[in-house]
Amino acid sequence: MKFKLSNLALAGLFASVGAQAQISGDVVKIGFLTDMASVYADLDGAGGAEAIKMAIADHKGMVAGKKIEFVFADHQNKADVAASKAREWFDTQGVDLLVGGTNSGAALAMAKVAAEKKKPFISIGAGSARLTNEDCTPYTIHYAYDTVALANGTGSAVTKGGGKTWYFLTADYAFGTSLQADATTVITKSGGKVLGSVKHPLNASDFSSFLLQAQGSGAQILGLANAGGDTVNAIKAANEFGITKSMKMAGLLMFINDIHSLGLKTTQGMYMTDSWYWNESPEARAWARRFFEKVKRMPSSVQAADYSAVSHYLDAIDKTKTDDGDKIMAAMKAMPVNDFYAQGTVRAQDGRFVHDMFLLQVKTPAESTEPWDYFKVVQKIPGEEAYTKLSESKCPLVKK
Amino acid sequence: MTEVFGVPLPALLGQLLLGLVNGSFYAMLSLGLAVIFGMLNIINFAHGALYMMGAFFAWMGMEYLGLNYWAMLVLSPLAVGLIGVLIERLLLQWLYRLDHLYGLLLTFGLTLAAEGVFRSFYGVGGQQFAVPEALQGATNLGFMILPNYRAWVVLASITVCMAVWLVVEKTPLGALLRAGTENPALVQAFGVNVPRLVTLSYAGGVALAAFAGVLAAPILQVSPLMGSNLIIVVFAVVVIGGMGSILGSILTGLALGVVEGLTKVFYPEASNTVVFVIMALVLMVRPAGLFGKEK
Repeated sequence: MKFKLSNLALAGLFASVGAQAQISGDVVKIGFLTDMASVYADLDGAGGAEAIKMAIADHKGMVAGKKIEFVFADHQNKADVAASKAREWFDTQGVDLLVGGTNSGAALAMAKVAAEKKKPFISIGAGSARLTNEDCTPYTIHYAYDTVALANGTGSAVTKGGGKTWYFLTADYAFGTSLQADATTVITKSGGKVLGSVKHPLNASDFSSFLLQAQGSGAQILGLANAGGDTVNAIKAANEFGITKSMKMAGLLMFINDIHSLGLKTTQGMYMTDSWYWNESPEARAWARRFFEKVKRMPSSVQAADYSAVSHYLDAIDKTKTDDGDKIMAAMKAMPVNDFYAQGTVRAQDGRFVHDMFLLQVKTPAESTEPWDYFKVVQKIPGEEAYTKLSESKCPLVKK
Repeated sequence: MTEVFGVPLPALLGQLLLGLVNGSFYAMLSLGLAVIFGMLNIINFAHGALYMMGAFFAWMGMEYLGLNYWAMLVLSPLAVGLIGVLIERLLLQWLYRLDHLYGLLLTFGLTLAAEGVFRSFYGVGGQQFAVPEALQGATNLGFMILPNYRAWVVLASITVCMAVWLVVEKTPLGALLRAGTENPALVQAFGVNVPRLVTLSYAGGVALAAFAGVLAAPILQVSPLMGSNLIIVVFAVVVIGGMGSILGSILTGLALGVVEGLTKVFYPEASNTVVFVIMALVLMVRPAGLFGKEK
């Protein structure tokens, strides 16, 4: 009997130790690394941090009976800065979840560190599809969008809508060429044809020469396989040179902030794909209004995704009562997401959050009824069509 | 159709003209740098930031004060010139006797500070800036459609560049300026207020940058980072033309714009590097630059 009692006591001891150790350090710490001051700062940056704070506040600052802490830092769009900060956070600060903002290079570096430390990493603002394809890890979730989904959305919808011939204006680095390649596949599949492309250096500032070459091609659609300031300057010049009269423009990586800085007069009629738009549903509008109160700008899709992803993580902890990397990854993949941002599930095999995307068309100034009212939703693209299919995945974790 | 190296002639003419448009920005910015270097011996790294401020002030004047483009084309360079006076009086004047590096570091620091301030207020997304009513539309030149605004840019910048050149090379004021650079003590002995001349040169140089900024605002993204994208190329232009050479920097600016434009047709990928390749070649053959004098 004595033997049994001690056994029982031991079991009880283990159980109680187990219960305490489920939340490491007695606090759930979320770290957010993004571009706070440079080219992508408007898209995510301080607004993204604010969105995460809102998610934590909506959780009353507590999860599974423990306090939630939040830290954020600027990775300056540098992969090495991102990696070393992530390492520091995991090793010395006890960060339990790493949220990655914009910039694919930085995101890929963070994904490696998180996998090494066996901690969950949710990549939100970064576009590279490699995060859940060639470079997938068991600890990465790619939440908001990726280049494949954008190319699929804009490429196929525009081609099917009659834009059969394309010419690409492509940023001359890995991101631009892969974006163009992804889009070309989709366009050809949808019965369209790519007549040519011109590669421009990053930060080219003047696009008139390239645009004249594009116009000479006689294509119907000018595909912009670039981002940020390059896209903005290209669109400005296209308007100035009257190119928009003969060609329609389709941005392959654009966000509401780009439209905001260009204005509707310059961008009207353009197509783009995004994961979310603040005016798409009553729930989205309600959240966007709250965000606007704090930040004085309407949220980008990335900022909305920041909120949604962190809420999903906190819900998963509430359910499992643990912040253990493996268990929480399993829980986040098992629990469906259903909020104002998106509905769907995180794919168990590769960590891709598969949800519907929106093909948007920029309104004319006359159609816009209020500030930030910029888009018509042309169509909802089902997640299964938009994202890389498991059968085509190059992720080593996907068993075929 | 006539072709040159496989490119139709009309297309080539179009590209040449566009090169000239970009070249006129280079000319104006490198001219300002050349004036400042010639008179103050300062490598003004803040030039890009002041160009950005020129564009931003124009935007602010139109957005907050309801002024029009033409008013801002005058007011914005004046405002930036005034800032130039402050920079020169408060900071730069202590550095003239030191190595060039100190001036470069100081102005580089100013650049970071100015960009940081604008970034924290306005973000990096860029502001909307429309082409002024009178210059909207485009003209068909036969071989290309040239937006009227671009034509205006070339016209305005060449006029301003020539005016500056005339003032420095052909007027009594210019003579004093040049003499002040050669031998400040002697000129001072003639009763000329040399420090004031130097302040005016700096203010004039940065006002040119601001003028270029206002001209660029309707074409490019008005964002806090717009200057840093351009300034490196402009420095290369100055080095190719020869530091301190006024006419040299104007001509080199225009010529390099054209060369860059042609590169965009024949090998677009190299269009950002071609200027630096030329710089390397020129430095190998003529270390003082094409128009510079060996000291």
